[in-house]
Parts: sequence; C-alpha cells; structure tokens
Amino acid sequence: MAYRSFTLEMMKNDKGGKVLLLVLLALIIFVPSLNLFTSTDSVFHVSTYTLTLLGKYLCYALLAVALDLVWGYCGILSLGHGAFFALGGYGMGMYLMRQIGDRGVYGNPELPDFMVFLNWQELPWFWQGFDMFWFAMLMVIVVPGLLAFVFGWLAFRSRVTGVYLSIMTQALTYALLLAFFRNEMGFGGNNGLTDFKDILGYDLQAGSTRAVLFIVSALALAFGYLLCRYIVTSKLGRVVVAIRDAEDRARFIGYKVESFKLWVFVVSAILAGIAGALYVPQVGIINPGEFSPLNSIELVVWVAVGGRATLYGAALGAVAVNYGKTYFTAVLPELWLFALGALFIIVTVFMPKGIIGLREQLRKKRSEMNKADSGEDTTDDSVQSEGSQ
Amino acid sequence: MKELDRLREVMRRDRVFDFVAEKRMPFATGRHTIVPGELDISHGTILYVEDITVSFDGFKALNDLTLYINDGELRCIIGPNGAGKTTMMDVITGKTRPDSGVAYFGQTMDLTRMSEYEIAHAGIGRKFQKPTIFPFHTIFQNLELAMAADKRVWPTLIASITGEQRDRIDDVLEIIGLKDLRSKEAAQLSHGQKQWLEIGMLLMQNPRLLLVDEPVAGMTHQEMDKTAELLKRLAGDHSVVVVEHDMDFVRSIAETVTVLHEGSVLAEGSMDEVQNDPRVIEVYLGE
Repeated sequence: MAYRSFTLEMMKNDKGGKVLLLVLLALIIFVPSLNLFTSTDSVFHVSTYTLTLLGKYLCYALLAVALDLVWGYCGILSLGHGAFFALGGYGMGMYLMRQIGDRGVYGNPELPDFMVFLNWQELPWFWQGFDMFWFAMLMVIVVPGLLAFVFGWLAFRSRVTGVYLSIMTQALTYALLLAFFRNEMGFGGNNGLTDFKDILGYDLQAGSTRAVLFIVSALALAFGYLLCRYIVTSKLGRVVVAIRDAEDRARFIGYKVESFKLWVFVVSAILAGIAGALYVPQVGIINPGEFSPLNSIELVVWVAVGGRATLYGAALGAVAVNYGKTYFTAVLPELWLFALGALFIIVTVFMPKGIIGLREQLRKKRSEMNKADSGEDTTDDSVQSEGSQ
Repeated sequence: MKELDRLREVMRRDRVFDFVAEKRMPFATGRHTIVPGELDISHGTILYVEDITVSFDGFKALNDLTLYINDGELRCIIGPNGAGKTTMMDVITGKTRPDSGVAYFGQTMDLTRMSEYEIAHAGIGRKFQKPTIFPFHTIFQNLELAMAADKRVWPTLIASITGEQRDRIDDVLEIIGLKDLRSKEAAQLSHGQKQWLEIGMLLMQNPRLLLVDEPVAGMTHQEMDKTAELLKRLAGDHSVVVVEHDMDFVRSIAETVTVLHEGSVLAEGSMDEVQNDPRVIEVYLGE
C-alpha cells in the first residue's frame, strides 16, 4: 500500500490557492514594515488601526476556510461555527486575563477583576493552568475539538442531516450564548473578558506586538489553507465529496460515513478555535456576543459570497464582506443588516458559485448567447425558405 | 464437549469483535474450521434468507420470506410492484432490520447484526434502482473510491494509488466499456452508462454477491443486450441477484427465477416453469 506524502503536488492546478498564498506573503512582508518603518505622514504609511483591522480579517478568513471545509466539501451546513471560534477566543482571553496579574482595577494578583467584583475567594478549577501559555493554547485546540467531537458523534451517528443538523448547530451556539451570559459561569458574564495588558510579556498596545500578531494570523491562514487543501486533494477529500453527493452510495461501498463526517467536523472546529484565539488579542475583547447565532449566519454568507468548495473563495468572501461591513457600518450603520440580507439573496439566486464562480458563469452565459444568436439565424432562414416556397 | 459448547457461545460467530476477527482463530466446529469475519461457503450456499418478516406500520413488506442463493449463481427476482423486492435488498445490505427471521452471508455472517459498511466489506455489493454514482468525480475516481482498500479515516487520508490498483481500475473500465471516458465527470454520462459505472463500482469492491436492482430500467435495446452480457459474464466468479421488471431481459439472462408476491416467494424455477405456473399467471394477469 502506498502512502501520500505532504508534497507541493497538491498545489498544482490551484491557481486561486497560489494567488492567496502570494498575497499573504506580500501582506506579511509589506504591511508590518510599512507600519513600523515609515513615518506617520508618509503616503505609504499603514496605520496601526489598519494593520489590526487587516489582522482581524485574516482571522475571519481562516474561520471561513474552516467552514468551507465542512460545508463546501462535506455538505454539512453548520450554522454554529461561531461557537468554536468563540471558544478558541475564550481560551486565549483566559490566558490574557491571567497575564494582567495585579494590574487590574482591584489589584488582586490572583483573581481577575470580575471575580473580585463577584466576591469570589479563589480561582475556579477551570481557570487553573491558564496562566501558562502552552496550556491555554492546548485548550484552544482541545475544547472546540472536543465539543465538535461530542456533538458530531451524537448527531452523525443518529444520521441527522440537512436542515435539521443546521438547526441543531444553531441551537448549540445559542445555548452557549445564554450560558456564557451568566455571571455564575465564571467567564465574565455579559462583559466577557477584556482590559488585556500583554501577551507573553509583550505589551498588547505596542505596534511591534500588533505586527507580530498580524504576521502570525497570516501564517495561520496560510497553514490552515494548506492543511485544508491537503485534505481535499487526498482520497479522504474525494470520499468526503462523495458523501456530500451520494451518502448512501458511499456507505454501501464500505465507508463508515459518520466517521468521515466527524473527522472533518472536528478538524474544522479546531481551525475555527485557532482563528478565534488569534482574533481576541487583536480586538482586545471576547464576550458572549461572539456566540450569537447571527455571527454564525454571517459566516455562512461570507463563504457563499466567496464561492463554496474552493477554500480560497471562502477567504476572499470573508475579507470582501467584512470590508463592506466596516465601510457600511461607518457610513450607513442602520442599513448594514439589510445589505447583508440582500447580499445573501443575490448570491443564492444569481451567483450560486459566488464571486469565484462568476467568471465561469459569465463565460457560459456568453457562449449560450452566441449559440442562441446562431440558433435564431437558422430559424430565420427556415422562415424565409418557407416564405419563398 | 460441554466446554467446547460454552466456548462456542462465548465466541458466537455473529458476535465477534473486529479485533478478534483480525487474528485468525480457527477452532473446530464439526467438519470444518470457522474463521470469524471471513466468508464461509463450504456448503455451496452464499446467502441464506430465512423467515424474514418486515412490517411498516402494520403493512407486511416481507412476510416469512425464505430464499437461498448458491455460490456463483445468477438469480433473477421478479414480482409485481410492492412485492417486497427492494425491501429484501434493504434487509440483506443492513439498511432495514427485519422484525423476525435470519439472514446469513455464507455460514458465519449474520447480516441482521452487521452495519451497512461492514456488510459491504464482507463482500456484498449493491446497485440501487436509480443509478447512484458520484456526479462530480471522474469515472476513474468513482471506481477508485469504490475499490477494496482500507476504508478507515486516517489510512484514507494518506492513501495514494499504486500501479497495481491502476491496472485493476483499467480492467474494470474495460469490462464496463467506459475506458475512453475515464477522465470525464460522471454527471455527464448517459443513463445507461451510469448504470454500468455503478456496476463497475460494485466490481471494484471484489464482492462475492452482487445485488442489482433494476439494471435495465430506461435503457435502449442495445444497452440492454450489453448489460445482459455484462451480468452473465460476472456470474460464476460472483453470485448475482437481479431484480427486474423487464420480462424479455429476465428471459435473456435467467437461469433460475424467483417470483415474489406480497412479501414471500410464490414460485421458483426456470423461466418456462415459472411462466406456466398457474399462481404466477393469476398474480400477473389477475391484476
């Protein structure tokens, strides 16, 4: 039996992926250096605000790639992927809270401010270990992965599919939203975790720390893309698409469908968790709002807009829609949700393959029109010949 | 002998775990050895279906159905609509669990306790009534996915195709006559070609028993002849069970015909015997 190695062969015939990786490389080189090494009044200067905003987009892009893996390739429409993103974010947030130490408002060296406020005397058990970076990062991977495993195991084993599964994922994230709102949960309740000071001893407000976080986000997106690309070009990737298209057939040729779905779902949840962990230090806050079902639905719109089952399309969609959101919410804040809704309808009705599929769609339309033109010509001819008879 | 009986009870042939099955554990039972998890057709019968009853909301889709298929046989199963043909296939492939009765694959494998993918691995391939293939994969990839291999998740992730496997796929492409279309997307195939591709996918699994549900529905006469040839060629090396409505087609391939009616066997024999059976005539003409 032969085994496939992790080679660059998988990038063959992947123009979009190459473009994405080149863009990321350019971003890694230019954005931080234009931010750090040019004067603020230079035309080429990239402000720290822009740098952080771009870093945020990169995290969203990674999240979108993760969703595309389960939705585009495996056909599992998860409307709760924001939950894994938020859990990863909370993992990072807990580490950052512990980094504050005695610099909080209450100056308690052991307890975060909100616990002092709630009159708690000691750190709850589930906060133990989060002062260690490696442990927090491990949890960023383990907690979303474990939740996805348990949820997926129950759902896929019972053969819940389609819209029912989507509703259940939506309920999952909503349940977590409600749970994290409660102060007794010990995650800062409504306010969440914020007022972070530094990460690994470096000041979070410093431009250089921001630049490093940006670079790490870009690298994470590149890594996430390559991993997903490796998966979808493997035989497992073909099995997963086969399951999407004809689940029964896949089952009757001997694949244990639930295991494949579960595997992909867990990998995707872990990637979403990593995206969340990188997002939190850049935006400086994590609160239960990240669990909101609306976020997960927006995420689905990003992927749909970019183009399903391409991976790079999802990344493009995430950046494009979020750029639109940043722009709209600044200019016409009350119109954003309408714009989002309209976007979703336009994409599903007119652009089923998203922005990426648009070119092919236009080409097809043009050739059809050409055909129709020539078709009309022949009918005209026949009419004329009839007329002459 | 009592100890042996107890041992047998512990190691019930139908209740063996995978990890036990991997190791070969021959122990004597009567005249021959039993290897758990492996097909045993020492009695020449590959499929035993005995007293199977399946009911849906009180309607008995199968009613004490008893049927035996010999190794290497080509068997046609006919019957009016609702006779239980597809339900029978569902039971054999693990999709539907019977209310009562037993279904054994060879001497040792209890099909009513195995899941779909286990049954597929054991060597039963199934073609659906409506051709079901993977539309967005090429013909070659369709066959590659169906190929007998380690189908667990991690091995599948790192699997790559060997030259030997390529040859095997080429062989099957030859058999089903789609060699020139190997890199075409399966969605672009004609209806008949899809049916052949699906049969090809079954062959890739190296099955011992092929269950073929309405292989010629919607086919032209030429395609039908080709399909008949294909199925006849497969019998012998494989046991083939064909469910079909088209009587001309059945006549052209059948050795033995079984007539189902209201969930049980009405008649069995050669095509001529069956056609002259008064009960069969009544069922078919009485409608």
